[in-house]
Amino acid sequence: MPTLPAIELRGLTRRYGERLALAEVTVALEAGQTLAVLGPNGAGKTTLLRLLATLLRPHAGEVSVLGHSLPDESWAVRGRIGLLGHEPLLYRELSARENLRFHAALHGVEEANVERLLGVVAMERRADEPLRTLSRGMVQRVAVCRALLHDPELLLLDEPRANLDPAASELVEPLVGRASGRTRVIVSHDPAGALAEADLVLGLVRGRVALLAPAAEVDAGALAELYR
Amino acid sequence: MSALGEERVAAGERVGAPALRRAPRMRAVVGALLRKELRVELRTFESVPAMSLFSVTTYVLFHFGLQQNSVAGPLASGVLWVTLLFAAVLGVNRLFVADAEQGGFDGFLLSPADRSALALAKALALFTYLVVLELVSVPAFALLLLGVSLWQAMPDLLAILALANLGVAAIGTLVGALAVRTRARDLLGPLLSLPLLVPVVIGAALCTTPLFRDPVGGMPLRWLLTLALYDLVFAVIAYALFDFLLED
Amino acid sequence: MYGTRLRGLALLTAGLLTLTLVGVFYWAPDDETDGFLQKIFYIHVPLALVTLCGFIAAGVMAIQHLRTGEARWDMRSYVAIHISLIFGVGVLITGSIWAKGAWGHWWVWSEPTLVAFLLVMLLYATYQPLRFAIEDPERQARAASVFAITAGVFVPVCFVIVRLSTAYLHPRTLDNISGNLPGRMQVVFYLSMVSIALLWVVLWRYEMASKHASAQLRALRRLLSGDDDELPPVRRSAAPDVTGVGGVR
Repeated sequence: MPTLPAIELRGLTRRYGERLALAEVTVALEAGQTLAVLGPNGAGKTTLLRLLATLLRPHAGEVSVLGHSLPDESWAVRGRIGLLGHEPLLYRELSARENLRFHAALHGVEEANVERLLGVVAMERRADEPLRTLSRGMVQRVAVCRALLHDPELLLLDEPRANLDPAASELVEPLVGRASGRTRVIVSHDPAGALAEADLVLGLVRGRVALLAPAAEVDAGALAELYR
Repeated sequence: MSALGEERVAAGERVGAPALRRAPRMRAVVGALLRKELRVELRTFESVPAMSLFSVTTYVLFHFGLQQNSVAGPLASGVLWVTLLFAAVLGVNRLFVADAEQGGFDGFLLSPADRSALALAKALALFTYLVVLELVSVPAFALLLLGVSLWQAMPDLLAILALANLGVAAIGTLVGALAVRTRARDLLGPLLSLPLLVPVVIGAALCTTPLFRDPVGGMPLRWLLTLALYDLVFAVIAYALFDFLLED
Repeated sequence: MYGTRLRGLALLTAGLLTLTLVGVFYWAPDDETDGFLQKIFYIHVPLALVTLCGFIAAGVMAIQHLRTGEARWDMRSYVAIHISLIFGVGVLITGSIWAKGAWGHWWVWSEPTLVAFLLVMLLYATYQPLRFAIEDPERQARAASVFAITAGVFVPVCFVIVRLSTAYLHPRTLDNISGNLPGRMQVVFYLSMVSIALLWVVLWRYEMASKHASAQLRALRRLLSGDDDELPPVRRSAAPDVTGVGGVR
């Protein structure tokens, strides 16, 4: 029995004024698989990610995430998507615990999970200090907790390893890595690294699809073309 | 890493809670948002102390500007309301800044919470800041400039202040959200809110003028009613339009 | 689209305006109390009414924009506010002249309509700075629409409140029309209302046609040069871009 793809985009277009940020993007991603989105700066990678996160709405084309059509059914998928980007989306004046409890309330999730996640990323000791006193790496760890608090089926990651030291990366891996079993979309500026993790590769250049192939079939030459 | 954490990781288990498939309750969300607002304010003291200090300094300015040792009647109304208005506008300017700078909008928009909860929480927070402002500013006004006794007029004055605060909270929430993601946010905030708040000043001042002449004389209820109606109209407008300002 | 039959409409408007001016200066009798000066009211009042309706219409267009998300409603709303702002300046000037003539001062606070107008204009004067200050076009359009709706609601409410709050000198022009205006004055007044309303519509359509044409030109240029992702040159206008015109598919 065929299952619905986790993500299905058909002719997705998003404008920025009279410019095109994304043009006719078509791609399908099965549940549990990982999509790597690569491309030079300004290609529209972050726009695509934000669109999948329901923060932006499409101007044309069809978008289906976890079986629901965006933007009409955005409300249905919000609790099932986790976004982890450059910004931790946390308040610097509040502690890790306070921030996470706040997000737990926003998502309607029990507070016990805050404690569990803090344990996994080894932040229990410093969970009550304001985030502005913590290092960037620690804040990123808390951001990971924030993104996973509601156990999302779909993870949207923008340079997830940035700001994480190797030890922290290890801690975080089971949560956001392949083993977590979640469907993932990763935007990365490290093509080789992303390739290693991905099942499907999408290359964007100036908003258009320049490359769409299973990861196994993508070689160094194709990647170089993308970034030319 | 804690023992519990290790266990979890070893099992490759997904950590987190199964998400509820329906949105969390409005009251819980508003409560969480409001607590967050007040907590951040208590730790940074960005808004309320500045507003209060500003108002007291303004009274001193008025003393020198008007060359009056005490004011009564319409002059007193004017000094009080203009001062409170400008102090309030300072608060409106700061209302959404923390969210804009620290990704608070995105964090909220990613959740399944009802968008109006943010409007309500911000309006409540602003109302709270205004109450604290007035707890400092009104006694300061009575001490420094007001020529008549304030005590007998208190119940009426409280009603007027409450309604004025409601108007400022509603309009301030809308304008704050409108101005915060612009380039000239510190200028646009006052420019947008002041004309919209003039009717609040009209209503409030016309209510307080008789009180500042003769504190036991009572106030014209019709202006209190006008103020209340204005509050209602713009509370509805703010509630209806706020969501559109959050999206990208 | 906006330019169809525009020339005909423009000619009609010009004709009606000329007729109005002839009527004002040669046909309508002088007012007993205010004399020749009263004639300015034939321009001032219709200008005021048309301006206010223009602001409210802009609010309605903004509602349409928020409901449908179509950029053309945002453009219509922008142009409506733009034209009304210009007319509004005219209202303040003619009102000031009338005040000087009737009461000896260039500005009178006892005149609630003038005061309310000043307040409304102060609010709408922030519209273009607001648009200029937001770079993201979608957000700009949405913020502008929220503003236009809020301000559109503010217009009637403000008038009611200011009017209630002032001792009241301004002759009730609408009452005058039904009550005290003798026949000829009524005719000229209504003629003026129609001409000025048409003038607003004609100017609105001209500006819409002009902006529409520029947008199409830009879209064609981009199509021809094959560069539909280049940033348009920095433009001085606060006007919104009309998206989806021509080549985007």
